[in-house]
Amino acid sequence: MKHKKAVESYSLGIESTADDFSVGISTFDGEILTNVISAYMPPEGGIHPREAARHHAEAAGKVLEKAFRKAGIRPQNLSIIAFSQGPGLGPCLRTGATVARAIASYLDIPLVGVNHCIAHFEIGKLKTDAEDPVTLYVSGGNTIVSAFDSGCYRVFGETLDIALGNCLDVFAREAGLRQRVGEPFGAVVERLAAKGKRLISLPYAVKGMDLSFSGLLTAATNLLKKGEYRLEDLCYSLQETVFSMVTEVTERALAHTEKKEVLLTGGVAANKRLQSMIKSVAEEHDAQFCVVPSKFAIDNGAMIAWTGVLAYTHGVATPIEKSFVKLRWRLEEVEVPWIK
Amino acid sequence: MSQPLLIKKGAEASLYLAGWHDRKVVMKKRLPKKYRLQELDKQIKTYRTIHEPQLMHEAKRAGVPTPTIFLVDVKNATIVMEFIGGKQVKTLLSTVSEGERRRLCLKIGELIGRIHKYGIIHGDLTTSNMIQDSEGKIFFVDFGLGEKGKEVEARGVDLHLMKRALQSTHFQFAEECFNAVIEGYSQVLDAETVKNVLDKIKEIERRGRYIAERKVKKND
Repeated sequence: MKHKKAVESYSLGIESTADDFSVGISTFDGEILTNVISAYMPPEGGIHPREAARHHAEAAGKVLEKAFRKAGIRPQNLSIIAFSQGPGLGPCLRTGATVARAIASYLDIPLVGVNHCIAHFEIGKLKTDAEDPVTLYVSGGNTIVSAFDSGCYRVFGETLDIALGNCLDVFAREAGLRQRVGEPFGAVVERLAAKGKRLISLPYAVKGMDLSFSGLLTAATNLLKKGEYRLEDLCYSLQETVFSMVTEVTERALAHTEKKEVLLTGGVAANKRLQSMIKSVAEEHDAQFCVVPSKFAIDNGAMIAWTGVLAYTHGVATPIEKSFVKLRWRLEEVEVPWIK
Repeated sequence: MSQPLLIKKGAEASLYLAGWHDRKVVMKKRLPKKYRLQELDKQIKTYRTIHEPQLMHEAKRAGVPTPTIFLVDVKNATIVMEFIGGKQVKTLLSTVSEGERRRLCLKIGELIGRIHKYGIIHGDLTTSNMIQDSEGKIFFVDFGLGEKGKEVEARGVDLHLMKRALQSTHFQFAEECFNAVIEGYSQVLDAETVKNVLDKIKEIERRGRYIAERKVKKND
């Protein structure tokens, strides 16, 4: 006889690794009840960690309140508190961790430290039904090609210097472009690139399975300053070159692991041109192409809440005295007992 | 030429085994990639088809065995080269004795040292790109991502890739293998150069994202 569970279990996840402060609430069955994101937008320049942390501290109360309201539950209904323990910017991580510790100890419920990158993979799998994909995770802070292999998520390829999203952002700022709510730098570059026609040669830096973007960024910026090329053509060439690079590495990981799914996630996953490239290699290798919906591809609390559930239900919890943030927490170091 | 037999379909190129003037040869054909612009695709394929055989040929001068190049067909992005019968170092490392493993890694280090000293960067040093023939000679293959240069940075990245390849495919004995590689490398290059390259590897690792060591600042 089937009967409805008398008490549903809920997980609250706090994400604060970089410029977003976000709270998500999920059930233990993977239903996302809410995912509230408050983005810090610097008036100019890049993210200043301390300024972003100040934004997070100010936003925390309102975001939490809104999350509870939208989810229609009360703090007392929560079973666990999950938080992004790393990797990320120190002051930002510490702000989120402090909020998480406070709620967990006030409610006297378990705290679960979650690896930010793994949370991106897990919410991606949840939202696309991918089971065991090669994942390309591209954002402002990360460029990683990863897949699960014998006990943990392995890094097959990654950047040797800056992240792909960072490369696009810095180029856009150098070009004097402006981002606004709803159209981040990446989207501005994509819009201009769509009007580009001429391919300008830029350094193509694939090193083994790894990538390098810093030389390419310098080259593109120098061409920009020369003023001999249309900005549209530069954006077009920049996109074509960096996306071809990550796609080449993704394809190598796919050929090597022979997995049957490719998952694209991170803020840059919203780019249609990148999507079409990754889709093309997926088809070439008879693999299914999965792209994470935007609001779950960018940094968000829901992915932390859900990964917290996976970890907690497989025996992982983080005692408060061991809940220090880990600024450089690598993927391979994380136990993932929920994957067989 | 006899009917080519597909022996490996890699991500970038397909390898065929064929007969050519009474020899066994490998045909390496770079395939067009639909995902990139035709123009960029052609540039990359042409560049690699021309540079790979040049580097392989020069590696021989440096004293590193590589398959002999017989034909380069730029238009079809195809290289015809000698077939090396043997085993990949990748499979050897996990099956041989500890002593033999050390001998192999010392030799690999020495060979890397030779190409570096000569001014060649391999670009994709993995144990699947090294083949030991029946006489025990180790051949380096797949110079497609290689380049010329003597910069400490490029050498450091090259060895860093070797280290990462060892860690991912042979994690049980990655450390002992890499130490032996460096020992072999040091037999070819002078102490100062080796030190600079080793320092560079450390720097590359720290530069790499989220390495705990990065926290440690020098107190000088």
